[in-house]
Amino acid sequence: MTRLSSNWLAVYAIIYMIFLYAPVVLLPLFAFNDATIIALPLSGFTTAWFEQLWGNQTLRTAAINSLIVAISSAVIATLLGAFAARAAARYSFPGKTGIIGLIMLPLVLPEIIVAVALLVALSQLGLSLALWTVVVGHVLICTPFAVAILSSAFRGLDRELEEASFDLGESRWGTFRRVTFPLVLPGVISSLLICFTISLDEFIIAFFLTGTDVTLPVYIWSQLRFPARLPSVMALGTILLVLSILFLVLGEWMRRRAARRQGQDAAAGGAMTGVA
Amino acid sequence: MSTRAEAAQGLRLVSPTFLYVLVMLAAPLAMVAAFSFWTQDYLIIDRTPTLDNYRAALGEPIYRTLLLRSVAISLTVTVVTVLLAFPVAYFVAFRVKRQQALWLFLITVPFWTSYLLRVFLWKVILGYNGVLNATLMGMGFTDAPLTFLLYNANAVVITLAHAWAPFAILPIFVALARIDRSLLEAAEDLGDGPFRRFTRITLPLAMPGVVAATLIVLIPTMGDYITPRLVGGTEGLMIANMIQIQFGQANNAPLGAALAVTAMVVIGTISAGIFLIGKRLGGRLT
Repeated sequence: MTRLSSNWLAVYAIIYMIFLYAPVVLLPLFAFNDATIIALPLSGFTTAWFEQLWGNQTLRTAAINSLIVAISSAVIATLLGAFAARAAARYSFPGKTGIIGLIMLPLVLPEIIVAVALLVALSQLGLSLALWTVVVGHVLICTPFAVAILSSAFRGLDRELEEASFDLGESRWGTFRRVTFPLVLPGVISSLLICFTISLDEFIIAFFLTGTDVTLPVYIWSQLRFPARLPSVMALGTILLVLSILFLVLGEWMRRRAARRQGQDAAAGGAMTGVA
Repeated sequence: MSTRAEAAQGLRLVSPTFLYVLVMLAAPLAMVAAFSFWTQDYLIIDRTPTLDNYRAALGEPIYRTLLLRSVAISLTVTVVTVLLAFPVAYFVAFRVKRQQALWLFLITVPFWTSYLLRVFLWKVILGYNGVLNATLMGMGFTDAPLTFLLYNANAVVITLAHAWAPFAILPIFVALARIDRSLLEAAEDLGDGPFRRFTRITLPLAMPGVVAATLIVLIPTMGDYITPRLVGGTEGLMIANMIQIQFGQANNAPLGAALAVTAMVVIGTISAGIFLIGKRLGGRLT
């Protein structure tokens, strides 16, 4: 196409990126703004909202709850994802499309449906809600992401390396430990980080399935009703934003290292492209 | 290894994950379906099968309105999101040469900020004293704050189009990046102008990505809870808000289950239709 339309396309892409980043940029602006009202114009610089967070006991408990849930969900989802991804990448078996389809289903299922379904099941079994019930739900929504990330890690694995290891007398476990695992390790770490981030941010399932122990997003939700608390919520959001970006950059770096190690095209896109 | 032994090993390997999903997702979903035919009186569940919940879900004006509005909003969000996303995906796939991975990464970063806070910040942007009104008035475009921005269906559409952007861009990008460039050159050599080349080659071949993007955005937005609750006002409330009320304050889980099942059946049918149409429109060259 002509140079002109190409330029228009670039302009459009940049405007679109401004649209994408508008709320993200506002978050730190208001977090450091010396005013109790979340509105423009900005009035001055302060770190008071961050200091306020520090002494907040409820927040601290919610943060610890969220960490417990996110770490447990990430580990379990990555483990379950590894089984499914390995099976999907390496073997063909009857009902494969259906089974993998069911495992990937939460990717398109509205989260409220997952939440409602688990709520009904738990109440029918007479189980009370607690942090572990949130973990059960988060594992469901994280596993498809783990499968997508790990599938590409396992697909890139050279089957001959494992066969060579068998031929040289390694047991199946030895081969896994010394050949397979090190090769997919960056994929595993990338999956852990992404699942951790998803769980840390998830609200609806946590809102439905948490008992008295609230997670961070549920805590934030409860604070949004009080205008006086909003600036410190912005500060909290800023901290979460920085942490998420840190984890993502780390996860992406790991994923590319894995791809490079297996000689794939590292530039082929992020972990999200694998999902799509 | 024989195919049979291989199949057995594959099944063994997938079984922990499969079992987990069966017990924690398939069985609970089946239970929701069963629940929707029951009735509840305070804490006592009456298991006599009845269609009353569905009669209410489809017949009573409030539920019907919410269902139809949810379908309308999620369809609008999907069309807006995919239309806005396509040129960006096209730009990254065809115009960006060396920094594709960086662009894709930058597109996904906003998605990883707290969803709750992103929606809340749209409230800050679109509000009466909001960022957008302050900017427009500051630049002299408007004299008084615009009031049609927040607490209605428009706000829901804008916020959701923002929230689901990466999910629309990435599948379209993947489809566009896969297109064999020699086909485009061939079209040009055979006398197609840029427009004809786009409609005859690029668009049909990108169709699988467009359909994937459409479904990935459409189905989850149907069940969105936070956005309508925070920026929708009463005009913009959606079915998920009512489902939550039925399971919570109203203490009528069976009706909530019936609403959930109805919403999923409706959106599932629409999705199947879109999938079939997309298949017919798509190119056969892949």
